[in-house]
Amino acid sequence: MRIRNTEHREHIVLQMTPMIDIVFQLLVFFVFTFKIILPEGDFNIRMPSASASLSSQPTETPLLKVRLRAAPSGELAQVQLGDVVLAGAAPFAKLHQEIRSLVDDAGGPGSTEQEVEIEADYELKYRYAMHAITAITGYLDDNGEQHKLVERVRFAPLPQ
Amino acid sequence: MRFRPKGVSKIVEGDLTPMIDMTFQLIAFFMLVINFSDAEQDQRVKLPASELARPPAAPYEQPLTIHVTHDGHFIYAGNELTELARLRSELLRETQIILRHTSKQLGDVTVIIRADENAKTGLVQEIIAICQELKFEKFALRGKQEKVNTVGSS
Repeated sequence: MRIRNTEHREHIVLQMTPMIDIVFQLLVFFVFTFKIILPEGDFNIRMPSASASLSSQPTETPLLKVRLRAAPSGELAQVQLGDVVLAGAAPFAKLHQEIRSLVDDAGGPGSTEQEVEIEADYELKYRYAMHAITAITGYLDDNGEQHKLVERVRFAPLPQ
Repeated sequence: MRFRPKGVSKIVEGDLTPMIDMTFQLIAFFMLVINFSDAEQDQRVKLPASELARPPAAPYEQPLTIHVTHDGHFIYAGNELTELARLRSELLRETQIILRHTSKQLGDVTVIIRADENAKTGLVQEIIAICQELKFEKFALRGKQEKVNTVGSS
């Protein structure tokens, strides 16, 4: 049995250069392909053309009309639910309360039959239309859970 | 003046361990946050906020994304268009491609509308009207997810 001479063991030098090269290549790749994606979400609406929607079955639930009036600057001037003007500092909160009382979501999943038509002025800034859609379609409870109110929302046809 | 003897100079080796540690930390970070999804976002569009805007449960199949900037321009397929007529012709071409090369119906295609919060609502309605005319039926109005209540703040 041969016993190695431990006195003359070779000193092994680990080559770090290739590893560092690759690591930096990876780092550069990830840095260049990195893009910040903001969290976005959708409101899904099904809006067939007027002729197609007329041929579909009419519902017995009356159509609710929300009118959004704009000032010349595009800011919100007035919110109206049917013939009722919702005045005050937070008209969309009032709109939400009105829709909630009409739909009566106490314990239910909201209304699948009720349809709301939004008639907005052309110049109105889009964020107000989005606020109206948010007020109509649902709300978040204290636990952050989403509850639906009205699922069928559409825009009124533009005046010719 | 004293000179150091040249014969006894040592090879100075830098300690690479902290640098390699840091580099691996960076790689691990970028690997975790990297997103290869082809989400169509555009810096020119600032979306309106909504606490109810949630990402779709399942990704849309072949969605069409139309951006509307605050100055009334449209961005479709990477091209900035200034007129609705141009957008209409682009969408018409798209419908022909869908009908010829896929088995999908236009009613099943989702049109994603990413409009700036200061864009005119009428422009969005006009886009919807054009899409309806071309037989599109499904629309997704895109908003920025917000944790705070946006309805009461307006």
